[in-house]
Amino acid sequence: MSNPNFDEAAQRELAKFLEAEQAKARLQQSIHTFCDLAFDKCVTKIGNKLDRSEEACLANTVDRFLDTSLFIVRRLEETKGSM
Amino acid sequence: MSDYGNYGSSGSMEAKKQQVMDQVRSELALANAQELINKINEKCFAKCVPKPGAKLDSSEQACISKCMDRYMEAWNIVSRTYINRVQRESQNMGGAGGL
Repeated sequence: MSNPNFDEAAQRELAKFLEAEQAKARLQQSIHTFCDLAFDKCVTKIGNKLDRSEEACLANTVDRFLDTSLFIVRRLEETKGSM
Repeated sequence: MSDYGNYGSSGSMEAKKQQVMDQVRSELALANAQELINKINEKCFAKCVPKPGAKLDSSEQACISKCMDRYMEAWNIVSRTYINRVQRESQNMGGAGGL
């Protein structure tokens, strides 16, 4: 779909812009997924503020989820190597 | 007019480019806000309205208000943690690839 409105430089700039915005949208989507997961795990009763242990739990949930993801990939690579 | 879609025929290409970028930015911001609202609705309904009655009573409303604030706090913590992690991982990998 070529657009007669934009010259080549502008099209390149827009393509770069869209790529960056899509990356941002993917990042935000991941944050929604993690927050969904972590909120259920960590916030059991609704208070007037998140307490320290809830805050720590939220951060740990994100980091351990990502560790799990890296661990699984590494583990699969090892098994693949030994087959 | 017809060939140029809804960008109009006046204004420089630069202005049209800005217009497209602004539109993309605001649509993504809207989509992000809608996703957040949907999650809050789901979580806070589950937590605050365990037995739906004839109307939302005042204690349920108070719970929902607090729950909204807590979810947004949680979102900010998760966001900060994830972004820190992504930055750390990409440094470890020397900027090549990563998550």
